[in-house]
Amino acid sequence: MIAEIGLAVLWMAAALAVLQLFAGFSALRPSGQVLVGVVRPLAVIQGLLVGISFLCLISLFLETDLSVKLVAANSHSMKPFIFKLAGTWGNHEGSMLLWITVMAISGGVVALVEKRLREDTLIATLAGQAFVSLGFYAFLLLSSNPFERLPEPAPEGQGLNPLLQDVGLAFHPPTLYVGYVGLSVAFSFAIGALITRDVGPAFARAMRPWVLGAWIFLTIGITAGSYWAYYTLGWGGWWFWDPVENASLMPWLAATALLHSSSVLASRNALRAWTVMLGVIAFSMSMVGTFLVRSGILTSVHAFAVDPERGSFILALLAIYIGGALALFGIRASTVTEGERFSLFSREASLVFNNVMLCGILGIVLLGTLYPLMTEAFDAKVSVGPPYFNPVSAIFAIPMMLMMGVGPLLRWRKDKPSRITATVAIPALVVALVLLGVVLMFPSIRILPMLGLAVGIGLAVGSWLPLKGRNLRRTPLAVWGMVLAHCGLGVALFGAASESAFSIERLAAMTVGDTQQVGPITVKLEGMGPIAGPNWTAIEATISASYNGGTPVMLRPQARTFTSPPGERTESALHTRWNGQLYAVLGNEGDDGRWQMRFWWKPFVPLIWLGGLLVAFGGLVALLGRVAQDVKRVRATDKIAFRKAQQDMLK
Amino acid sequence: MNTMASGGGIKPKHQRLVLIVIALVALVGAGLLAAYALSNQASYFYVPADLVKDPPEQGRAIRLGGMVEKGSLKTRADGITIDFVVSDGKARVPVRFTGITPDLFVEASGVVAEGRMEGQTFVADNLLAKHDENYVPRQMGDMTPEQAKQVVAQTQ
Amino acid sequence: MSEEAPKRSSLAIWLPLALFGAFFVLVIWGLYRPADRDVVSAFVGKPLPQFNLPAATADRPGLSTAQMTTGKPRLLNVFASWCVPCAVEAPQLEALRQQGVEIDGVAIRDRPEDLNRFLANYGNPFARIGKDDLSEVQVGIGSSGVPETFVIDGKGVIRHQHIGEIRPEDVPLILQKLKEAQS
Repeated sequence: MIAEIGLAVLWMAAALAVLQLFAGFSALRPSGQVLVGVVRPLAVIQGLLVGISFLCLISLFLETDLSVKLVAANSHSMKPFIFKLAGTWGNHEGSMLLWITVMAISGGVVALVEKRLREDTLIATLAGQAFVSLGFYAFLLLSSNPFERLPEPAPEGQGLNPLLQDVGLAFHPPTLYVGYVGLSVAFSFAIGALITRDVGPAFARAMRPWVLGAWIFLTIGITAGSYWAYYTLGWGGWWFWDPVENASLMPWLAATALLHSSSVLASRNALRAWTVMLGVIAFSMSMVGTFLVRSGILTSVHAFAVDPERGSFILALLAIYIGGALALFGIRASTVTEGERFSLFSREASLVFNNVMLCGILGIVLLGTLYPLMTEAFDAKVSVGPPYFNPVSAIFAIPMMLMMGVGPLLRWRKDKPSRITATVAIPALVVALVLLGVVLMFPSIRILPMLGLAVGIGLAVGSWLPLKGRNLRRTPLAVWGMVLAHCGLGVALFGAASESAFSIERLAAMTVGDTQQVGPITVKLEGMGPIAGPNWTAIEATISASYNGGTPVMLRPQARTFTSPPGERTESALHTRWNGQLYAVLGNEGDDGRWQMRFWWKPFVPLIWLGGLLVAFGGLVALLGRVAQDVKRVRATDKIAFRKAQQDMLK
Repeated sequence: MNTMASGGGIKPKHQRLVLIVIALVALVGAGLLAAYALSNQASYFYVPADLVKDPPEQGRAIRLGGMVEKGSLKTRADGITIDFVVSDGKARVPVRFTGITPDLFVEASGVVAEGRMEGQTFVADNLLAKHDENYVPRQMGDMTPEQAKQVVAQTQ
Repeated sequence: MSEEAPKRSSLAIWLPLALFGAFFVLVIWGLYRPADRDVVSAFVGKPLPQFNLPAATADRPGLSTAQMTTGKPRLLNVFASWCVPCAVEAPQLEALRQQGVEIDGVAIRDRPEDLNRFLANYGNPFARIGKDDLSEVQVGIGSSGVPETFVIDGKGVIRHQHIGEIRPEDVPLILQKLKEAQS
């Protein structure tokens, strides 16, 4: 019964989306004024219905209703609760339903709370949102119905694959998904504003919390994905410039640029056409990323279920939405009037600079990701890796991070260099001292990690300067958020540079009782033994590691052999200290009975992910600040309206 | 890009122009830089026959794909450095690799090695073994049936 | 707000759309380029090579090219007892057999005792089983691994190649290919 309810409700929601699209566009014409009041309720009800549909699917998974095909194929009655829950979106159909759920609920929330935007722009936005979601409804309902019943209930589900029972795998993809879909709201706002030619501060203020929210999820998703790859792949690296990773990085870069340019538009009414353009680009990158990952058009180290048919579908949607939006931009951009002016030495100019740099990195990453495909058209087979991405993106990233130390200190519109020289001198001095120190103490490290160390520390320190001279209790939360996020980026850069500059690797063939020195750590192979898991057996090494002769800790890396489905995998072992991490991998047994072992000592490497989380936390603080501010403003305007009404009554 | 710049102060037109020029220079520079870096840093895929016929410069990052010749795999005394020969039926290239080999790396199976030529030896930084019985590296997809036959015959 | 009339070069405004168009063309080409995912599809449409394999088990005859050109489409399944996915596809092969499809097998590098145990455990849907210890037939028909299944028409021409195990959802496609091979 629940499956039928879920499906019926989903169809109703799709029908409402059609209505919302047509009512929205008719309401924009003078003849369709009657429909103005309909659009918002439609969006809210559509959001509710899809929410119910998604809850239905969750409940089917939680009670393991094996008469439903999707549940039978992807779940199992013996699965732990958390993986039953995650199974809901851990498959193609369920993830599409999650996608559309997030989309419809955000549409409903926009319809419910957004009061500052001009009514016609809001209606155009909701119509745009309905238009975008219709493509996904079509796909879901016509070709991948999640509620399909089996002719006869399956005796048991097929989804008890412990390989896939990984908390990282369960929550990492939906986090990125929410980020991608959040950007669709920004996209709809951009479309709405273009249609009604209402590109102004109100549009930017309405869009900003959505961009910020999506950006927070993307930041968390990328950080978690990087850590997941670090500890599962067993290669000791944390970022491989793999197409799947680039697919999540590109929307983040575009969203970061959009976040900053919409700030300029909201506060200063400048960068109008540019902000709209970025709104379109940010969502394009989400879809391009989804397309690249799902279509299997690029080969990747991350295993993914690949289906060219689904690829074609996403590509068709991409063509309709992004092609259409860019065409609309081409037609309407010339009617977007120029915004406020600003001097070359102003906060706006510094943000423009950073926007250009971010877009430069975005272009570099996109080009590098697609380059193998381009050369294949000319019959040459290449792969593009860190030797390209690292230096080329650094050329943009380093100036950008230097500017991040200066920009937030500048005043809007126009400023004098002399006003901030003394303040900027602090981080500049830090950068110079660190650089000097590194050059003197470690002359052998390469130029990029050297710059990374200096700029990372400089940014982590300099990001706090905007608080100087402010009353800390009265400083708006948005400023705190910016400070934290900028500081987090500096911390992450420092961690990455330290990992690259100071990592020590030790490869050795060891027998039980052997010791090896890995940087400050002495490791000793204490024993080798077999161990069995639910569907695997493994050889486990027991290793004691002692930091500078201190109390030893035990690490247990494994080489696992899976029975169903068959496969082999190495499980690395980590030991984290405040100043770094020891990473141990067990290899194969040699002919002479010695075991191949690989160790890394990576100083300060956890700062990469702590920095990433700090960036996300900064975003959260800023979001809370913005929302609180908006609520206050709405209350104030309500109060004024109320007083006015009272006065009118008294008259 | 030109839509975002607007000037202020004394000569607005002038300043706006400056911003546009900076943005354009940055973007064109990015494009040129990327093109240059790609032509230098992208690593090309070779099969042994290509490698012998048209050797790449020493030290340049490339990838080598082929079959691990049966009986050629030797482990050195340190226990972690291995030598083996990759062949495609036409040519043979000696390969050296220090590290932990992937789980599916065995003789007489396909391999893609990332690394560079040093002298006559290919020094690999990383080995990618074929994933399963049904996997052929996509780059080897174009081997003619004849080549494939020879490769298999050679590696039996 | 500035009252200045909008003056933008219309070319620059269309640039993003042009770039997107280029991207689109590139990925369309990448997605539909021939022989992309199907590495060995070059063998489809070619006749079977000449071979004559001895019997792999006592109760089924061996396999030669002549026996496969009977005028009726059939399946040629390349398998081995040491291959786990081959056991997975056994029920699907059995189902195909029950629908009247004739299936010939080529056992790759196998030992008779292993093979007999495998057939006893998972069923024996094969009309004939050839013993290919050198992978000569396997290479000759462009198979790169086990299991693989080929649709052969009545004249002995390869009409379709299925790489990997046959899953329940693959059965209709194989039946359809067999039907097409009839004509």
